[in-house]
Amino acid sequence: MFDYIRNFFVNLGTSWTNWLNSFLPEPAVTVVNFLVIGIILVMMPVIATLTLTWMERKVIGRIQNRIGPNRVGPWGIFQAIADAVKMLVKEDIVPDGADRPVFNLAPILIAAGAALLWAVIPFGRGMVGADLNIGVIYLVAVGSITTVAVIMAGWASNNKFALIGAFRVVAQLLSYEVPMILSIAAVALIAGTMSTMGVVEAQQVPFALLMPVAFIAYFVAGSAEVGRAPFDLLEADSEIVAGYFVEYSGLKFGWFYIAEYGNLFAISAIATTLFLGGWRGPFSHEVPALGPLYFIIKTILVVFLLMWIRGTWPRFRIDQMLGFAWKVLVPATLANLLWVAVILKLPVPQLVQWVLMLGGNLLIIFIAATMLGRAAKRYAEAHNLNPASSAV
Amino acid sequence: MLSQYAFIAIFAVIAFALPVIGLVMAWFLRPKKPNPAKNATYECGMETIGDTWVQFKAQYYLYALVFVVFDVEAIFVFPWAVAYNKLGLYALVEMVLFVFILLGGLLYAWQKKALEWH
Amino acid sequence: MQQLMFIVISAVTLISAALVVTTRSLFRSALWLILTFFGIAGLFILLHAEFLAIAQILIYVGAISTLIIFAIMLSRGVMDPNARRFNDQWGLVAGFAAVFFVLLTAIMTRVPWQTTMAPAPMAAEAIQLLGRELVTPYAIPFEVASVLLVVAMIGAIIVARERES
Repeated sequence: MFDYIRNFFVNLGTSWTNWLNSFLPEPAVTVVNFLVIGIILVMMPVIATLTLTWMERKVIGRIQNRIGPNRVGPWGIFQAIADAVKMLVKEDIVPDGADRPVFNLAPILIAAGAALLWAVIPFGRGMVGADLNIGVIYLVAVGSITTVAVIMAGWASNNKFALIGAFRVVAQLLSYEVPMILSIAAVALIAGTMSTMGVVEAQQVPFALLMPVAFIAYFVAGSAEVGRAPFDLLEADSEIVAGYFVEYSGLKFGWFYIAEYGNLFAISAIATTLFLGGWRGPFSHEVPALGPLYFIIKTILVVFLLMWIRGTWPRFRIDQMLGFAWKVLVPATLANLLWVAVILKLPVPQLVQWVLMLGGNLLIIFIAATMLGRAAKRYAEAHNLNPASSAV
Repeated sequence: MLSQYAFIAIFAVIAFALPVIGLVMAWFLRPKKPNPAKNATYECGMETIGDTWVQFKAQYYLYALVFVVFDVEAIFVFPWAVAYNKLGLYALVEMVLFVFILLGGLLYAWQKKALEWH
Repeated sequence: MQQLMFIVISAVTLISAALVVTTRSLFRSALWLILTFFGIAGLFILLHAEFLAIAQILIYVGAISTLIIFAIMLSRGVMDPNARRFNDQWGLVAGFAAVFFVLLTAIMTRVPWQTTMAPAPMAAEAIQLLGRELVTPYAIPFEVASVLLVVAMIGAIIVARERES
């Protein structure tokens, strides 16, 4: 009995498969299993939206000294469901001159892209939709579906704010994809594999401790990819009235919203998988059923960090944002990649390698911070700003 | 290996089906009362001014091009990274060379202010 | 099953490729092109070349198609819905394409392809193998690729600078 609970989720899966096997032929069992796993995973963005919107409004509310939602259900926990019902029954408005097929396809595409990410994210040992050999690049490649959907939405709306918003989003997505891929490449380098399961198995020490540069770069790039504050100038309400989905209403807008929160949750889950040890934790090898628990806790912590940043940081300007990606993150992640490669070839014990990696990373952070500080000072002098008030 | 991708294919079908089902459901539930004012393009409550297809700056194109270059570079890094443990020192030297050539390109773009936003 | 998948994916690829050249709106052409890229990625997967498939999606869908759409947005007049679908040279181009097709078919049917292939390496090792080949026998092309990328970037910057000044 205890053995069954120890690896509860995998055993449950085995029992389920055995039960199916008793009355279904082999290929049908596979298909049914694929469908069941697929339907569970596809719900992840929806679940994320229902829980994280409530959490976000509570967290931001507390940061801003408010209470947050408190009317629908105890502590307002049914607020998200009320919002979902509202989305479902709202009138759908298609603006004149819109390119209808493209306009309707864009929200479907963006929601599908958000769901597809979950196919390779491991929740625990042996608990992954598909353990692809190229898992970590799959995560980046699926993100390009989002780019396409954003361009489609902006173009089809026949609205210049939507079009400008879409172009800004795409410029941001493109610029931050480069440091993101490079930080993931460093992970693949240490792990020696691109499978997400393999990356988690390889993390005797969470990679965030070995390569803080890669982790920070991923974290920043991730929050930029999902358009979170301080990178939310894409939907800067005061300038371009919410950006590329300004013309969407009802559930079509809803899918953009769900994709946004689904991606927020996915980015946190990927950061957990690649840098924070995924489902690993104390006793996770003896009791694999603890894995998903650790995974969810770590992911929620990363989500909380992102919300905290959103509640406290002012918005970036577009030139600052793009400059930061190309002039700080790209050189830093490249330096980290080469440094890790050099260390891996040094004939010293593993522990020494780890210390050297961390040391080199701290040096990179120090250099980057110093250069940023100097640039900020130069900028302040050039624009006659008071250095004390504009120090970054 | 193909069975993994069979899952991805089935999953992709489900992932597309879910939003479609949602939209079909909403189609039955929601009111449908369009009128010209409602369907007009939104522009801060004013009549739309000018054409939607404003011409874009070459800046965007330049960004996309620099991105393509680095994207291709990054995809080259991955097979190298996976095989790295089994390779000799020459793998390190070659990748350092590869990255430094590209860093030269980045520095050039930086110097020419191609990375600035005007 | 694989045969069926091959037929479906090829059909999607070919039909969307045909739509790329016949669609009136340039933007929609670009969207059909993206579907074509996905189809090609699917074909790579059927050939057990998963790394190529994902590179296809990452580079062509993620980067090249965005570049194409940006180029469309930058050029004036393409948004005209009454634009002609074909320009004056379409006959010439179609002729060239036909000749090229015949040539390619002739080459492909004449090459003595190895039909009894050794079993393909396991996928995880295939990527490692690719990485090793890249830095051992193909080290020079690998470095030249880097130079090529830089040249492309510098060229684009120079052209864009000229436009502005």
